[in-house]
This record gives sequence, C-alpha cells and structure tokens, in this order.
Amino acid sequence: MACVLEAPLRMSVLSEVTASSRHYVDRLFDLDPQKVLQGVIDMKNAVIGNNKQKANLIVLGAVPRLLYLLQQETSSTELRTECAVVLGSLAMGTENNVKSLLDCHIIPALLQGLLSPDLKFIEACLRCLRTIFISPVTPEDLLYTDATVISHLMALLSRSRYTQEYICQIFSHCCKLQHWHSCGFKSLPQPLLCANGPDHQTILFNHGAVQNIAHLLVSTSYKVRMQALKCFSVLAFENPQVSMTLVNGKHKVLVDGELLPQIFVKMLQRDKPVEMQLTSAKCLTSMCRAGAIRTDDSCIVLKTLPCLVRMCSKERLLEERVEGAETLAYLIETDVELQRIASITDHLIVMLADYFKYPSSVSAITDIKRLDHDLKHAHELRQAAFKLYASLGANDEDIRKKIIETENMMDRIVNGLSESSIKVRLAAVRCLHSLSRSVQQLRTSFQDHAVWKPLMKVLQNAPNEILVVASSTLCNLLLEFSPSKEPILESGAIELLCSLTQSENLALRVNGIWALMNVAFQAEQKIKSDILRGLSTEQLFQLLSDSDVNVLMKTLGLLRNLLSTRPHIDHIMSTHGKQIMQAVTLILEGEHNIEVKEQTLCILANIADGTTAKELIMTNDDILQKIKYYMSHSNAKLQLAAMFCISNLVWNEEEGSQERQDKLRDMGIVDILHKLSQSSDPNLCDKAKTALQQYLA
Amino acid sequence: MADAGAGSLHGGDSALSCLPEEQELSQRLRRLYPAVNQEETPLPRSWSPKDKYNYIGLSQGNLRVHYKGHGKNHKDAASVRATHPIPAACGIYYFEVKIVSKGRDGYMGIGLSAQGVNMNRLPGWDKHSYGYHGDDGHSFCSSGTGQPYGPTFTTGDVIGCCVNLINNTCFYTKNGHSLGIAFTDLPLPAMISNQFMELLQEYIQHLFKSNLYPTVGLQTPGEIVDANFGQQPFVFDIEDYMREWRAKIQGTIKRFPIGDRLGEWQAMLQNMVSSYLVHHGYCSTAAAFARITDTTIQEEQTSIKNRQRIQKLVLAGRVGEAIEATQQLYPGLLEHNPNLLFMLKCRQFVEMVNGTDSEVRCFSARSPRSQDSYPGSPNLSPRRGSNNSHVHSTGADSPTCSNGVLSTKIKQSCSKYQALSSSSSSSSSSSPSSVNYSESNSTDSTKSQQHSSTSNQETRHLAFLSFFYLSDSEMEMEAEHYPNGVLENSSTRIMNGTYKHEEILQTDESSMDNCPQRQLCGGNHAATERMIQFGRELQTLSEQLCREYGKNTMHKKMLQDAFSLLAYSDPWNCPVGQQLDPIQREPVCAALNSAILESQNLPKQPPLMLALGQASECLRLMARVGLGSCSFARVDDYLH
Repeated sequence: MACVLEAPLRMSVLSEVTASSRHYVDRLFDLDPQKVLQGVIDMKNAVIGNNKQKANLIVLGAVPRLLYLLQQETSSTELRTECAVVLGSLAMGTENNVKSLLDCHIIPALLQGLLSPDLKFIEACLRCLRTIFISPVTPEDLLYTDATVISHLMALLSRSRYTQEYICQIFSHCCKLQHWHSCGFKSLPQPLLCANGPDHQTILFNHGAVQNIAHLLVSTSYKVRMQALKCFSVLAFENPQVSMTLVNGKHKVLVDGELLPQIFVKMLQRDKPVEMQLTSAKCLTSMCRAGAIRTDDSCIVLKTLPCLVRMCSKERLLEERVEGAETLAYLIETDVELQRIASITDHLIVMLADYFKYPSSVSAITDIKRLDHDLKHAHELRQAAFKLYASLGANDEDIRKKIIETENMMDRIVNGLSESSIKVRLAAVRCLHSLSRSVQQLRTSFQDHAVWKPLMKVLQNAPNEILVVASSTLCNLLLEFSPSKEPILESGAIELLCSLTQSENLALRVNGIWALMNVAFQAEQKIKSDILRGLSTEQLFQLLSDSDVNVLMKTLGLLRNLLSTRPHIDHIMSTHGKQIMQAVTLILEGEHNIEVKEQTLCILANIADGTTAKELIMTNDDILQKIKYYMSHSNAKLQLAAMFCISNLVWNEEEGSQERQDKLRDMGIVDILHKLSQSSDPNLCDKAKTALQQYLA
Repeated sequence: MADAGAGSLHGGDSALSCLPEEQELSQRLRRLYPAVNQEETPLPRSWSPKDKYNYIGLSQGNLRVHYKGHGKNHKDAASVRATHPIPAACGIYYFEVKIVSKGRDGYMGIGLSAQGVNMNRLPGWDKHSYGYHGDDGHSFCSSGTGQPYGPTFTTGDVIGCCVNLINNTCFYTKNGHSLGIAFTDLPLPAMISNQFMELLQEYIQHLFKSNLYPTVGLQTPGEIVDANFGQQPFVFDIEDYMREWRAKIQGTIKRFPIGDRLGEWQAMLQNMVSSYLVHHGYCSTAAAFARITDTTIQEEQTSIKNRQRIQKLVLAGRVGEAIEATQQLYPGLLEHNPNLLFMLKCRQFVEMVNGTDSEVRCFSARSPRSQDSYPGSPNLSPRRGSNNSHVHSTGADSPTCSNGVLSTKIKQSCSKYQALSSSSSSSSSSSPSSVNYSESNSTDSTKSQQHSSTSNQETRHLAFLSFFYLSDSEMEMEAEHYPNGVLENSSTRIMNGTYKHEEILQTDESSMDNCPQRQLCGGNHAATERMIQFGRELQTLSEQLCREYGKNTMHKKMLQDAFSLLAYSDPWNCPVGQQLDPIQREPVCAALNSAILESQNLPKQPPLMLALGQASECLRLMARVGLGSCSFARVDDYLH
C-alpha cells in the first residue's frame, strides 16, 4: 500500500530526509498490530517539535493511514489513542499541516472518536480537535455540521479537567462573530450573521452552555477556569440573551452560592493573572452593554472600568493594551458618565498618546526582534487608541478639549486618515467624527490643521465602512459656522455628496443629503444652483420618494434651505417650480408623518415668500385647498405652518396683494382666520390676527 | 497563623481602646498594615491638635478640620498634620478626606508634608511638602506653581491619597477612582544600591528630616473636611491595590535569578538541610539524607550521638546527668564556660524542685503517684503511655535510655491519655482533642497521623523536613532504627514563630490543672533535703563566680528566680512557676549544644537558622530605613 504514495514525491532534495520518514509511515502498515502500535509511538516521539518531520510525514501520506487506524473498531484503544496524539502533534505545526489534516476529513473522524467509552482516547481526540479549531485556517462552521456534536460535547464536560479545558477552548474559538474586528461599534451597519439558521452563540446557548460551563469558573485547575472564562467572554459578546442569563436567568446561575457577576468581579482582582483580569472585564463589559448590568453599578464603575484602564498602561503587553483599549471603548461608548470617569482615571488620555510611539526609535536600534514585534502591533495600537479617543469624546465637550490638547493629537489624526491600514483609517475617522461634534474645535483646531484635506481624500474610493463615518464627519465640517466649509466646497464636495445620495447604503444616503442640507443653509446663489445641478431633478424626486423617513426629512430640509431669501426663491422656482410644486403636492397627499408634512408646508411658506414664486401657489387651486385644509387640521404645528403660507400670501405691501386677498377670501380663508383668532393656542391666535390685519389695511 | 502572629504582636492597642469605632479602626489598620510595629512606629489616627496653624479648628475627635481665619489671600492659608508620620513598613499607605463644604472659594489642598514645614501654607508649596488642590485640580510638588494633574474637587467629593513606599510614588483618588501618579520623587529612601551601608546612614538621618505626615490645608472661610484614616471603609479599593503589589513583590522573590550556578545552589540547599539535622543531632536522619543526596557530613557520627545524648538528658530534665556526661565527653568545656555551667546548675536546681533531676528522682522513683501526676514526666515513652496504664510501675531508667526523651507536646498528650485511663473524672472531650492538637501542630499531619495511629511517634520530628525529598520508604526505615525525636519541640517553635509557643504554654497550664497532686521534689523528704543542699552549693558557686569574674546580674536573677520557687506552697502555680515548664529546658539545651559545637570548631548555629534570622533581621532593617517592600515579603509567608 505504501508504494502507491511514492511516485509523485520524487524530489531530490527531500529524498534523503524522507527515507527515514518513510520508514515511519511504512511501519503503520505492518500486519502485526503490536508493531503498528510501536511504530505509532516511535512516530510520536519523532515528530515532537520537529516541523520538518511533520511536513514529511504528511507528504508521505501518514495522515490517511493514521485516521484509518484511529477509526478502525478493531484497533486497540491504545493504538487509537496514540494515533490521535500523533495527529494532534501534526496539527501543532504549520498552518499548512492543519490544512492537510482538514483535507483528509480529520474533523468528522475525531468527532466520531468522541463516542468511544474510553476517556484517554476521548481526551486525545479533544486535544487534537482543540489544536485544529484554534488554527485560523479552520472554518468554525465545521463544528456545527452535525447537530448532535454540541450536545455530546456538553455531556463530555463532566468527564475530566482535560475534557473541560479542551471543550471550552473549542467553543471559544468556534463562536466568533463575523464582525470581530469592528469591536463594539454597533452604530454602524454590520454584515448579517450566518444568514441560514441561528448564530454560533445561540446554538451553544440553546445547548445549555451557560449552565454547563458556569461551574468550571471555580475549577481547581487554572487552565480550566481560564478557558471557561474565555468561553463566556465570547458567548456574551454583543449578545443580550446570553448576557441577561449570566446575570439573572430564569434559573439563576449560582456557583458556590455566588452569582456569576460576583465571580467575574473576583477574577478582576489585581493580583490575578492579567489575562484573567482582562477576560473577565470583557465578560462584564458585554453584560453591561447588553443592559444586563447597569452602567452605574459599582462592579462596572469601580471594578471593570478601572481594570480596563490599567490594561492600557505601559506596563502591559502590547496585545493586552490593544484589547484593553478596544474593550474600554466599547464599554463607555454610549454612557457619558462612564466617559467622564474614564477620562479622569489614571491619566488615560495622556496614557493613550503613548500608543502612537511604536515602533519607538529605541526599539529600532536596540534589537531587531523588538522592532519586528513593535511593527506588528503598531497599527493595532493606533487604531485601538483612536477608537478609545472616539468613545471618550463622544459626548463631553471638556473631554474633547482634553483630547485635542494632548500632544500632537490633531497631527496624529490627520496622519491616521492617510494610513494604509483600513482599520487605522476607519478608527481615525471615527475619532475625528467624535471630536467634530464640538463647535469650538471645528472653529479652531480643525481649521488650524486643515483636517478637511485628508478627510476629503479619505472619501475618495473608500469602502462603505469608512465612507459612512467620513461623510458623517463631513456633515459637521460643513455646518454654517465651520471655517472649513468653503475650502471643502471648493474641492468638489458637492459632487461627491450628490453621488453619495445615490448609494445603495442607507447611511450614506442620509449622510449625503444631510451634508447637502448643511451646505445649502444660508448659502449663496451659486452654491444652491450647484447643488440643484449636481443632484438633478430626477434624483431629487427619487430622494423625496425614499422609503426612509430620515432621507425624506433631510431632502425636505435641503429644499427649505434652498428656498430661502426672496431672490433665491424666485430664481429656483423659475427654473424648477413645476417639479417642486408637483413634489410638494405628492407629499401632502401621501401617507406621511406630521414632521414630514410640517416640513413640506414650511417649504410652501417659503415659496409664498417669493415675489414671482407666489403665483405658482395662487394659480394652483389644488394646493390652495390643501393649505386651507391644514389650517383646520387637528395638529397645531401643521395649522401654524399653513398659516405661515397664508400670511405670506396676503401680505399687503407687496404687488398684487389685493387680488390674492380677494381670492383667498372667496375660498373662505378669512372665516377660518376669524375662527383661529379665537383659538386658545396663543401662537395660532397671534398669527391669525396678523393675517387678518393685512385685510384691514 | 500569620493573623495570630500579628494579633499577638499588637495585642496592646486593642486592649487599650474599648470604643467600637476605635476597635474597628485598630482592626482595619492591623489588616492593612500587618508589618507595622505600632509600638515603634504608630500609625496616623487623627489630626494633631499641636501640629497645626491657628486658623485651623479641629472637632469630632480631631478628624474634622475647619477654617477659621480671614481667608483674604494665600497668606491666610493654614494646614494641619496628622499625629504621626507614615511608617515605611506600611509598604502602601492610604487615607481619605471628604469635602464636607468647599466654603467660599474651595482652596483646599490634600497631601503630605514633613515635620517642620511651615503650617501657614497649603500642602505642596514648600520643600518636603506635596499637595493636590481642589480649586484647579493641580498637583504641587514642593513648589508654588502647580502642574495640571486631575479634575477639580468640591463639596461632597472624597479625595484619597496613597503613598507607595516601595517605589516612592503617590497617587490620588477621587470618589474611588484612581487619578494616576502625582509625585514620583517622594523623599523616601531609594532602592538598595551597592553602597548599602553607606547609604543606610544617610537614609536614617534623612528619615528624621523627611518622614511624611498626612496633611490638609485650607484657605477660605467655610471650608470643612473630614479625614478617614481607617475609621471607616475606604471608597477606593486600596486592598486590591495592595494585593497587586504583594503579588508583584512575591513574584520578584520567586523569580529572583540564582544564575547559572544551579548546581551549587542545590548543593548549598542540601548542605543547609544536612547541617541543620546534624546540629540538632538527628543523626540517622542526617545520615539518610546524606546518602540520598550523595553528600558528606562534616561531623563524626559518634560526636553527633554524644551531643544527642546530652541534649536528651537536658530536655528530660536530668540536668545533673547531662553535666556529668558533658564533663566526661568534653573535658574542660564547662570549666571554660562558667556561665554555661552556672546556667546548667540553676536549671538542675529547678529540675530538682520539679522532681525530675536524677539526684532527687532516685528517692521518688518508686512513688507511682508522683510519676503519674507529673505531666511532663520524661521517662514515659509514647508507646507505653498510650498502650497501657502500667507505666508508673516501670517508669524507671532503662526505657528512658532506649526511647529517649519525648517532645513536650507528645508528653502532654500522653499524660492526658493517662489521666483519662486512670481517672474517670477527666472530661472526655479533653483527651482526644489534646491528642489531635499535638498532631495538628506537626507540619505534615498525614504523616504524623499515620505514625501516631501505630503509636510510633518517634519519627515525628522528621515531619517538618518532609518538604525535602526524603521518600516514604526512607522515612519508615528511619523510624526503625532511629530513636526519639528529641528536639521536635524546639524545631517546631523555631519554624513557626513564637505564638505557637504560647499555645503550647496554654495547653500546659490546662493540663496542669488536671493534675492537682504535684509536690515539691516529687513529695519525697530526702529529695527535698538533697535539693536544699544543692541550693547551698549553687549559692556558693555564684559567690565564687562573683569573686572571679565580678558581679553578674544575669546570674543573680537566675538564682533569685530559682530560689523563689521555694517561697510558694504550690511552685507550679506561682508567679515564677513558669520556670518549671519543660519548655524552659530548651534554651539551656541549645546553649549547651552550641557550646559543644563551638568547642569542636563547628558553627554554633545551623546555617538554616542563620539564613532565617538574616531574612527576618533584613526585613526589620528595611522597615526601619523605609524600604516599603518589606511589608509584602514577610518571613512567615514562606514558612508553612
């Protein structure tokens, strides 16, 4: 049988080495089971720590034979166990080794082995499975192909501390979220999880993972405790169902008479291994974000948060600092009080500045290994720091100020915007976005550092993920008081924004039209024309019929901003009057909420303020009837908006006011005005009286 | 065990204070700073009514501070220091201040200052003064200009100040949140450098100048703050911070590099164990150890056995015989050590009173009652004691020789056992519990239980060595041919510290209560006369020594104490009755053993004990010179 495998592998370089390796493989085919066993044991000793030997044996076809022996019912348990051990050893090698093992369908074979009654064999299989599943090349889904596997693994949890350790480790590696890398920023759209069927967390949860693993948190074995904890950190991540169960499930989960959060808090103690502190902080963070623990609970405020801040300190390993900062960013993202506490804890804001100093000039000189290590983590560190700065500055003006005053902060953000790593760019934009919510900073540091330039660059051909945040930042930079507004427009922002409104991505459409609305606010004629030209009438109508009410509102807002000041109104209405009137009619007739209708009536009021544009309303009986209708609407806001229209139309200092007044009186408007002047609503009452006065004059 | 030790160490101050708050404070302080010897270096407990500027008013047990000056400008600033400076042995020290009212402007400073720093100032403005100010959140490091440090603080906030005496830093907390390092260069001794002794001098001088006191300063009317020196639980989890540092320091010790000389290191450890065994005369154990570890023993077997014999005699209370044996085996030794001889003779006298010395026992050996009644009777082997009640009839010389002397604890349990078997009036619970007690004191309880179940307690002295790699079989073999563990008591005591000693004493007393029929010199008239005769000889010896070597107060005291025993009708229950305790034989025995070893040009103390003593002394020294890490590396933590 062995000779079958020989032919394709005649590589001269390998020949010498493979000779000895082949001997090992050949012995697997011996007829005497005792000799086969000895062969496997010798092979085991030969491959330990020897990657070359491992590769050779794989090339020579040892894997299928080992799997065959492992699966044979006739094989002795000892032999089967040794086979699993050797396979596990092979899996410890390179990623290519794992790939080869996967190609030989090792996973079903090992899962089958778990049904054996022999504990030693089961442990060997689990150990091998563990090694395979923690490899990045193994698809996690392979664990979930057979529904019975998970429940069997849950049952095996009680067998020994080794089954506990390996199974927990398998679970925590086979439960990854697909948006792992964008840790914590829910506000942005994420790709959907496994479209078919429930996600991994839910599967494990439904098999009683919480109850089965909880008691392992107090195991006497550190490894078991740690793997169980990791398991929970993965299970609970962004999963409210798991998180709630951890705190107060229907069947309260108690371990040694304590609730799980108490156990996690104990694991946060400062003399515990850093890995344990960090992982349990992640568990508590997930539980807090899921709403299972209040943000003002002392275990969050006085334990989890300070622990995560400590993880950001210089004393920690680079990996730990990255994870600590990301987790902290997630914890405080939506709670201003936590943001405030974090901002004063252990000089966090200054501490984070250190994240940008890798690779340091020292490491470059002292040793190459350190440089390599630093380089590897430099991107991760930077993006983590940006994320945390973004969370810190999300709501509080003082914190934003402190961040920007940190050494070279704006320069770092500007540099971050043009980094090659998407992750860093994204995080930098996020940070910029957070800081751009400050009016003061927009006027000062943003201007001083010409932030808009790299931002505009980021917007070119960026992936949607970045575009969403960048365009949202641009919205803020385009606010009327922002000194960046002008240069941004000059660099072609309108065209860019108009193109965003055509995006499939809802968030991009909203941001695009929102930014245009900001641009149009009190803008000069030329800009308004540019917008209209860039957007095109069709696109404008498209947006007005957008299914998303946010898009609709911002589009109406844009229209309203465009139709301000008399000359602009007349100009725009002279060119686009017909379409605009059509759109307005359409919306007023359609099924929309109060805010939309109010906004539309305000647009009409603006049109009514024009000199020539007035006629477009006066000649449109349909519209006039609608205005009349809204004057008597049950909602005061709509009544008021309609009154603005009337008021503008009957204003008697303007040309042709007499005719308009007459026409409206004939329609019965004056009667309504009289009625409204008796209204209990002071606003309506006032407005009605002013309108009536126009008739008297 | 460590708790018990700490408790006995500072038992004084809990006894002084009877108020529950005071008690809680004392408890918390003991728990937080177990390494601090509060008699030597008291901890701050309140603000000092003497060490303050007169614009400061104190109330509520000198914990509340209020401002009573004009508060016009910075010249009206006023501070107060705590009653005591922060002892270095705290390792990490922490106190909190609650802002009751920010007053007019909230110019409050919280921090540290050395004695003598001007109190008409806020903490931080002057040399050896450090502060964190509420109005601007700046930190002031011996300077009039502050550095941006943390948030501002005001009414309702709780500000904490933590001094880390290990790395000489200080950080503050606000409402339980650490604000990060404020000062990195506190004027406390730096780490040990090469010129250790030289620096030591400097440090000590330095310390007198710059020991830091908790300090607060106020500057405008209406400002009121309350201090918490441990009266209440702290808002910040300082114990968690301490845990981190304890782990750090213990990690440093654990990982301390012993270099490439790993072989030498092991040889050194083996040598230490071996020399310890030899020193105390565990001759067969030492031989077995030497065989397994392939090392050699410096001293000859016979020499060890001789010493062992003498020690046994002393510990059995047969001091007269011990003196004889010493004179025979080491001629000239006692002649050259008159002080030692005198000490031995004094002890001999005490043992005569006790009825144990052979010179008086020859008169009383046939009195079963006296044998029975004396709890520490050395000539009861455990085997006999626990196996039958005929002990009194055979309790003469020969078994004593073959079985050697028992440790005090074993003796106790035996005597109790006897009491139970001979008199039904003893409470039934006392007997088993006392047996268990003696077992649980052994370092390896499983081993000792195993032995005691077969009534073979001879190897118990080995139990404490079980952490060295003697295999079980070696231990068993050892038990067969090696006689009793003579020094188990002393070894246990040394290994576990003094508190254990006290526990033993207590049990002794209770066991004495159970045996009311003790009599002078075993109740024998002839023996009493011999004793009085001996007393006269002793008196003569004392006078002779006095003539030759001049007055010796120690001798005088020894003699006085010994003779005082005769002044009481029941010497065992008199103010000087403690002398009769068999445990008092140990120092005498150790002194004799050391003297013999010294005369043979061998170290008078085993290196193991030297190392232990060195470590303890080093820690004490560290505490004195202000090296805070001593508080997290206590010798007790390493003795299990």
